[in-house]
Amino acid sequence: MKTRYSYGGDEHIYVEVDEEMSLDAFFISLSMSKAVREANIPGVTEICPANASFEVRFDPDVIAPDAMMARIKELEHKAETAEKRLSTRIVEIPVYFQDPWTHETLMRFRERHQDPSGSDLDYAARINGYDSVAAFIEAFHSQPWFVSMVGFVAGLPFLYQLVEREKQLQVPKYLSPRTDTPKQTVGYGGCFSCIYSVRGAGGYQMFGVTPMPIFDPEQEVSYLKDFMVFFKPGDIVKWKPIDRAEYDRILEEVEQGAYTPRIAEVEFDLDAFNADMTGFNAKLMEALNDA
Amino acid sequence: MTLKIVKPGLATSIQDLGRPGYFHLGIPEGGAMDRLALRAANMLVGNPEDAACLEAVFMGPEITFTADVSVAVTGGSMPIMVDGEARDGWTSFTVKAGQTLSFGFLSGGARIYIAVSGGIATEPALGSRSTYPIGALGGFHGRNIAEGDELPVGAAPLVDEGRSVPADLRRGPGSPAELRVLTGLYWYRLTEKSGENFFSDTWTVAPEADRMGYRFRGGQPMEFVEREQPFGAGADPSNIVDGCYSYGSIQVPGGTEPIVLHRDAVSGGGYFTLGAVISADMDLIGQLQPNTPVKFVRVEMDEALQARADRRAMLEKIRKELV
Repeated sequence: MKTRYSYGGDEHIYVEVDEEMSLDAFFISLSMSKAVREANIPGVTEICPANASFEVRFDPDVIAPDAMMARIKELEHKAETAEKRLSTRIVEIPVYFQDPWTHETLMRFRERHQDPSGSDLDYAARINGYDSVAAFIEAFHSQPWFVSMVGFVAGLPFLYQLVEREKQLQVPKYLSPRTDTPKQTVGYGGCFSCIYSVRGAGGYQMFGVTPMPIFDPEQEVSYLKDFMVFFKPGDIVKWKPIDRAEYDRILEEVEQGAYTPRIAEVEFDLDAFNADMTGFNAKLMEALNDA
Repeated sequence: MTLKIVKPGLATSIQDLGRPGYFHLGIPEGGAMDRLALRAANMLVGNPEDAACLEAVFMGPEITFTADVSVAVTGGSMPIMVDGEARDGWTSFTVKAGQTLSFGFLSGGARIYIAVSGGIATEPALGSRSTYPIGALGGFHGRNIAEGDELPVGAAPLVDEGRSVPADLRRGPGSPAELRVLTGLYWYRLTEKSGENFFSDTWTVAPEADRMGYRFRGGQPMEFVEREQPFGAGADPSNIVDGCYSYGSIQVPGGTEPIVLHRDAVSGGGYFTLGAVISADMDLIGQLQPNTPVKFVRVEMDEALQARADRRAMLEKIRKELV
């Protein structure tokens, strides 16, 4: 892991902790971005953590770019020795896989896909060496995921699966991005899953859709009354496959303001997770099932 | 007092100076693409510089007024009419109750800013009235304005007619437009030759140019330094592990068409970025029409900071004239 620093124009400093994705890189980048926040450096206007990198926006009229760079570099050592541990939550997200809406959309944009002959899931299953779509979906939802970044558009989470690297699923993005993606589509690109918080353009493969809103600017959804964005980095997600009937039922509950996502408070400790992934995930699941 | 929208124009939105502070959640700063033009429009009608205005792109709206109000239009060049009678740009004028403000064809720049005394007084969202349509946030019900909308306006006294920004303080794009760039971010991914080409080629603004970003075409395809792609990045050599994007950053998906992210930027993604347009030139991008030839000009940090200081000095001069 080699931390790389760069200016992004005259108002940003970009720090790439590692060029490849890992939870270690995520934790260092999160710790460093936290350290920058806690340092309360005059002139800093935004701090955006990402999967294995983060960015600081500053006002160069208040602090000179080279002084800003020096302040951030000072904090690297502190972050590397920080505990890789988070008090967080695990959330169950219902997913209707192979739903009619993402299917209609993926058929509409077939000429932009690597394999126009099948669906996105057919393609993803095949290139990851699964015999069937069902087996691929099983691998996708059976182990939990870690929100390693929030962004792209309003409140969209990027998720990284909590499994060994050799078990990570990998899928390229569309050859050319779609101009349309249904709201709350569960997508996949590179080694990341995502939930499209709003309808719009997108390049990730489409696997299904969740009836659970994760962004509500009106703040009418019962669990989004405090803030319009649901996810934050460090959240853990467990997908729960549902059928059409359950999808419709949850949708109605959301509309009536009666839906409450299943959530449990948990501790995530990277060292403990790395030492025994299966056991650690089983404990996470236990906490969720008790909620 | 309300503005009644008779015709909305092409994509007219309420904008102020934006909502910094939520980019880490994917909610961009937003606000006027040409911030100096918005500030000037507000100063002309006696508003605080950050009051909400209408930003109209390529085509002006048609608006009737329910009370007397001071108006100023800045930014691109577009004939301005009150009940069919011409008015000057960058200059305050009065529109009386029942009169109609309309516009002719755009002849220069891309965006106009329409300020009314008192400012547009819709409900702010996350501290700003700027419209972010993707997130249905701010503006008028989270969207661009539409026919029949009645936009509330704050109460304020009228100002004198004929207050004007001197011509030398109205900055427009030259031709070819020059956008100054600080290289960095993932610049090292490009071969030396492709890096040189980026600055020596003449690009043109593509039709896909909006508040999220401006796309450019016409330059040579880029080549990448060979490497084994890092885990999680994706197979294309232009892919990276999804990281943060900054305002002004230049990504080149597939190495073909550069995209400069603007005020409604996506906050992150999986394409390499080769650097960023300097902050002093961001306003300029908002005034570029499709098909405009553009040269990217490489500068160093000290030049970027000097350009920023020059820009600030220009704003100070406008303030001295008007406030």
